[in-house]
Amino acid sequence: MSNSTNDSTSIIKRYAVIFVLMAGFVLAFLYAAGMFGGRGVTAQQFVNLQENEKPNVSFRRAHAKGVCLQGEFVASGLLAPFTTAEFFQKGNYPFIGRFSIGGGNPTAPDLASGVRSLALSFTSDSGQRWRTAMNTPTVMAVRTPEVFFQQIKLLTPDPKTGKRDETKIKAFFAAHPEMAEFNQWKENYVASSSFATEKYHSINAFYLVNDNGERQAVRWAMVPQAEPQPLDENISDSHPDALQIELAQRLENDVVRFDVLVTLANDSDDENNPTVAWPAERAVINAGTVVIRAVEPQQGSACNGINFDPLVLPKGMEATADPILNARSAVYAESYRRRARESFQQQADSQKTGQQKAGAQ
Amino acid sequence: MSNIKSFPTSAKLMHWISALLVISLLFVGVSMIQSMAPWQHTAIKMHQSIGVLVFVLVLVRLVNRFFFTAPALPSELSRLQQLAAKFTQVLLYVLMLAQPLSGWLMRNAEGLPVSFFGLFQLPTLIGFNYQAFGVLRDLHGILAWSLFVVIVLHIGAALHHGLIRQDSVLPSMLFKFRSRK
Repeated sequence: MSNSTNDSTSIIKRYAVIFVLMAGFVLAFLYAAGMFGGRGVTAQQFVNLQENEKPNVSFRRAHAKGVCLQGEFVASGLLAPFTTAEFFQKGNYPFIGRFSIGGGNPTAPDLASGVRSLALSFTSDSGQRWRTAMNTPTVMAVRTPEVFFQQIKLLTPDPKTGKRDETKIKAFFAAHPEMAEFNQWKENYVASSSFATEKYHSINAFYLVNDNGERQAVRWAMVPQAEPQPLDENISDSHPDALQIELAQRLENDVVRFDVLVTLANDSDDENNPTVAWPAERAVINAGTVVIRAVEPQQGSACNGINFDPLVLPKGMEATADPILNARSAVYAESYRRRARESFQQQADSQKTGQQKAGAQ
Repeated sequence: MSNIKSFPTSAKLMHWISALLVISLLFVGVSMIQSMAPWQHTAIKMHQSIGVLVFVLVLVRLVNRFFFTAPALPSELSRLQQLAAKFTQVLLYVLMLAQPLSGWLMRNAEGLPVSFFGLFQLPTLIGFNYQAFGVLRDLHGILAWSLFVVIVLHIGAALHHGLIRQDSVLPSMLFKFRSRK
């Protein structure tokens, strides 16, 4: 061994080297894990904001109230030249779906919500998956998750005072002209009396990829075949579950159908900007018909366990670099993580009480 | 006691490759679960594929372990230190296998397959189970932090052997570039 082993200053130096290396390694990891902040708005912060200090345990943090659906997509095959995706080749593909209303309250009155959604989940035997979550607005209000975060923060009442800062909201609107198209949609939108008579939009764009590897940017919309009607007389419009009751009644008589209309972008359209709708003259392809056959309450049904992550895409479809699209996926994952854990906890607790009851007998 | 001073090249090579991959996976893992940036989606796909790679690599390392005699720890080490060293190594192997496995199960519980660089999909181990996902997702996080702590201990001990004790332990895993003729 070397003589320097006995040299105490050298030993101190070597300990210092070890200390610096180890501390650097540990601190770098803690930084990566977000312990020191500085990582911009995170998915956790976003979901915290959605919870607004009052999480509805085991429910989705956004679009908490909804119903599960069963049905199938009857693909026309007209989209096949643009994509190799299994679900767009001519044929029938079963799905599990969900209608929901906006907001984090699982008992909110159906007709009070400004946004309605349709989400679908496809699973094929060959291992392909496709999940899509569509909303009634045609576009997003803002372009980036950071601005979206700011917007929601301003629009969410302070958990303590229950108030919003209207001056700041006005200033925010003025500073974000990209909201114009969304606001215009909001002004013109008239909510119908049924989930079945709304139009649902992909909002974000995606790429279709065909056999030759050619990419085509697209957006899609589910366009109802049924005409809007006034709410049936036997359903009170003050009933909190008016839309759910209406849907169940409707499905007793007939299936609910939507045309899947896919809009093809051209070179002048920006597929990464979800705040701007594409011009009406763009080519539209009818990819097929979504047929909804049955509705079930969400608790205990299959759709409740599904995270309708818009980035779960089959081969032949790809994500665009739209920052909002990627943020949706990240935020949904965090919401899913929290409610899955809570749901397990609830199940474990109820089993425990069940055993205690059985033991007492 | 054998007079084997060093690990065989195959073991060294796989040790350093898995070190690089595992540490990268840990750093990417804790970052990607927070990020909302567009790289996050790619990171998750890469994280899965490289996780599969590590799982296979660790299995190969375990099999390889039966084909060579590992250099003995210095006899000056106390029984307790020898035991601690063995225990940490076993724990590293267990965690390096349990971690990718929990990721695989967690993904399946979410109703999704694990894809290997888009080339093929791994078999589905368990069916769609929402509550199981809740447990497995937590487990994946706990195992990640445990693995990081054990790696810190492992590196700390290696540096202690190399710089303070200056015994045969650290060189036994290093490549000797100069000694080559």
